[in-house]
Amino acid sequence: MSCRLLLVVLSAFSFAAGATAMEPPSPDAALEARLKKLETELRCLVCQNQTLADSSAGLADDLRREVRALAVAGKSDAEIKAYLVARYGDFVLYNPPLKSTTWLLWAGPFALLAGGAVLWWIVLRRRALRAPTAASLPDADAQARAREMLDAAEPPGAS
Amino acid sequence: MIPELGHFALILALLVALVQGIVPLAGAAIDAPRWMALARPAARAQALLVALAFGCLAWSFASNDFSVLNVASNSNSELPLHYRLAATWGSHEGSLLLWTLMLGGWSFAVSLFSRNLPPALLARVISVMGLVSVGFLLFLLFTSNPFERLVPPAAEGRDLNPLLQDPGMVFHPPLLYMGYVGFSVAFSFAIAALLGGRLDATWARWSRPWTTVAWSFLTIGIALGSGWAYYTLGWGGWWFWDPVENASFMPWLTGTALIHSLAVTEKRGTFKSWTVLLAIVAFSLSLVGTFLVRSGVLTSVHAFATDPARGVFILVFLAIVVGGSLALFAWRAVNVGLGGTFDLVSRESTLLANNILLVVAMASVLLGTLYPLFLDALELGKISVGPPYFDAVFYPLMAPAAFLMGVGPIARWNRAPLPELWTRLKWALAVGAITALVLPFVLGRWSPLIALGIFLSAWIFAATAVSLIARVKGSHHGSLFAALAANSSSYYGMLLAHLGLGVFIIGVTLVKGYEIERDVRLDVGESVAVGGYEFKFLGVKTGPGPNYRAVTGTVEVRKDGRLVETLRPEKRIYNASGQPMTIAAIDVGFLGDRYVSLGEPVGENEDSIAGAWGVRIYLKPFIDWIWAGCLLMALGGFLAVSDRRYRLAVTRKATAPSAPASAPAAAD
Amino acid sequence: MKAVRWSIPLAIFLILLAFLWVGLGRDPREVPSPLIGKPAPAFSLSQLHEPSQALSNSDLRGKVWLLNVWASWCVSCREEHPLLMQLAAGKTVPIYGLDYKDDPGSGKAWLAQNGDPYTASIVDRDGRVGIDYGVYGVPETFVVDKEGVIRYKQIGPLSVEALQRKILPLVRELQK
Repeated sequence: MSCRLLLVVLSAFSFAAGATAMEPPSPDAALEARLKKLETELRCLVCQNQTLADSSAGLADDLRREVRALAVAGKSDAEIKAYLVARYGDFVLYNPPLKSTTWLLWAGPFALLAGGAVLWWIVLRRRALRAPTAASLPDADAQARAREMLDAAEPPGAS
Repeated sequence: MIPELGHFALILALLVALVQGIVPLAGAAIDAPRWMALARPAARAQALLVALAFGCLAWSFASNDFSVLNVASNSNSELPLHYRLAATWGSHEGSLLLWTLMLGGWSFAVSLFSRNLPPALLARVISVMGLVSVGFLLFLLFTSNPFERLVPPAAEGRDLNPLLQDPGMVFHPPLLYMGYVGFSVAFSFAIAALLGGRLDATWARWSRPWTTVAWSFLTIGIALGSGWAYYTLGWGGWWFWDPVENASFMPWLTGTALIHSLAVTEKRGTFKSWTVLLAIVAFSLSLVGTFLVRSGVLTSVHAFATDPARGVFILVFLAIVVGGSLALFAWRAVNVGLGGTFDLVSRESTLLANNILLVVAMASVLLGTLYPLFLDALELGKISVGPPYFDAVFYPLMAPAAFLMGVGPIARWNRAPLPELWTRLKWALAVGAITALVLPFVLGRWSPLIALGIFLSAWIFAATAVSLIARVKGSHHGSLFAALAANSSSYYGMLLAHLGLGVFIIGVTLVKGYEIERDVRLDVGESVAVGGYEFKFLGVKTGPGPNYRAVTGTVEVRKDGRLVETLRPEKRIYNASGQPMTIAAIDVGFLGDRYVSLGEPVGENEDSIAGAWGVRIYLKPFIDWIWAGCLLMALGGFLAVSDRRYRLAVTRKATAPSAPASAPAAAD
Repeated sequence: MKAVRWSIPLAIFLILLAFLWVGLGRDPREVPSPLIGKPAPAFSLSQLHEPSQALSNSDLRGKVWLLNVWASWCVSCREEHPLLMQLAAGKTVPIYGLDYKDDPGSGKAWLAQNGDPYTASIVDRDGRVGIDYGVYGVPETFVVDKEGVIRYKQIGPLSVEALQRKILPLVRELQK
């Protein structure tokens, strides 16, 4: 709720202070594209459910200005991110960095997938080994017999 | 008076729910027919009482009764009627009442459409649902009473959040909750099966339509939420991997695995304990989602106002319901037995692989959503996990699943020799590969990811066609029409749903691959060319709306000089709350949308709105295919449920009372 | 052996439950500062009451001090202001104010109206010093030691509890 309140207060300011996200874009389309992409990977600290690109909070404006200034000064994406992380911590990155505390996060899905694949294999092996003669009923004869048995009014397979 | 009536109805509903939850269950345990027979009437009475309570709350909103705290906090007399009614579920308390109403509704439906269920099973199913209702009713009455009075009454309400003053608010929560709550039926069937010790293909047949309907509603609900976010939030996004979006997506993923698993259990009597577990997990995720949104443990645009007491209550409720059901599973699943066997390559094995991929995807989304909480709880720092993570993890997991979707329907049950699969599908593979290679160039740019997306959707279309053609060719009917009519609704439902996913994949691929965004400053009369269109800004004008003041811009969209559409994006300030809102203007098209929203006026003073403005222009190719695909999936689900065999069982029961037999469907 | 497999889902859920329980007591919106234990970022800004004079962090070496981020447009600052006035009156530790993204005229007027607990206030018109300090909301308060290292950050208004339990003991410790 305070985020909304801040938005109200700051939009009053932004009307007075002039253009916000609509800074006169530099004629350099590549720079704009790079900034946009970078800003979508950064988190707004005020409106915490928006990216830096989308947020209209005052701090977001300030940080976008900083990011632009750094980019124009020749800093790389990694350096810009490091600049922000030094001030706000990893919280500001929507793409969680790979470090000792996040290896489980990044490895998790693939470990789960590997585990799932192993499970799949084991289940299939086990079934194949368990009843090798319980093959399908391919022929019409067997199907007819099955139909007869089913129609004889017994509920199928008890647990 | 009316609010008190509603409150009283809730208390009565709680008492009836207690009876509903305990007596039939006990009756099933000790085989007491009269106790079990209480299930239906109790469920219906409870549902009606909750409906009465809900009606009272809705009435309070409609009649602007600001002596009710909930109405005063969430409504306003200037609010149009349909939004006043939607505001009934616009708050934590109201939405909980909606949940409870839905639960009552589903219980009522189960009590109606269950003539062929054995009494013990029906009793258990309705009792379990009753116990869940007890939990929600207790929660409402003790921590979240929607009928709390405001003394002295407010002269005017605080207004419904402007973001919610939208048709989306009228439809999205009810449909979404139909899905969430609908999984409680599958859950109840699972618990009933564990309790009763009987878990077989027939159980799966009873359970399946309920689950599929819930899944279809959830699909629509999520799609509506996504579409609503797209046109309302002003920056053209449609999915943010926001915690609450994830909270709805995880039950969906699990539900998708569940409906496939149920198919296997119904047809082949196998995967039984796995199916039961999925049913428990799907509903558990619905409940966990409820917790996440209302407890304050995660930040989200959707989060309701939080209160520690509520968080604790839901957590205890979760512990009892989920912990209890998983404990029951641990205890009883071992008795369920393994079921039949199948080959390494067979329809069963592809469905098992599909299930595993979906569950791994769900677990990954859960991991990403909760990881910041894990680290914070362990005092290891604060991180954010957002779209870059989820995108990186989700798509690689879903791509194989999408591929398998083409193989599954072709593969035979029990044994599907690879050479045979290859023969039947190599044509579809070729179609997919060629389309993937060629189409991106036609559309403007080739990239591996775009090609992959196009391959998967073309593959799904082609493989679906292969399946249908094989059926028609292989049938013994004379005419094409007869051959088509011979296939069941269940089969067509599957085809439609799979096609829907193909359409969805195209939408996502092409939007992400080819969308264009431009932030420009435009003077009055100035134009800008974006992706083959010309956008001309004609200035803004101010004016009042029903409960807001608006600044409306005019933007003309031209293609090749010809006027295509005039768009009017707005910026509004709502009267009651003073809250600003940006309303985008969208020109919707089959091949894509043109999306325009107003930024800020460029000038520095009072009359600067008459000058140049910042304007955001988006071109979103094929974006509506995303939601069209979801709609097709849901329609496929509904179509599948309309299958004759679910209705046949009723007449069978009438003629052959001893046999709820399953007619062997032709290689379905 | 067989039974163990069936209990895995329950075990996973119980672990999850434990985390959710702990999570109830945490605030997901709070962003802890990475600057704790690091040197306070340098600044040199003009003072609110003496615009011709600058104050920089190096001037404050050798003593323990508090940096309180405030603004005339900040509603929550009024909540903590009485506490700040009390703290200043007790002369325990000098408090320096950072008038954040504020118009100096409004800042001075606000202090005149509500009282001035600050040894001096500096004006951060565009918020750049705020960014260097990782400020993301107002008010915030930093405790800086004699060597110019940040030792603590209070996010949000000061409370009696925070002062008594954390800030004042820390200040006393640092002043030894």
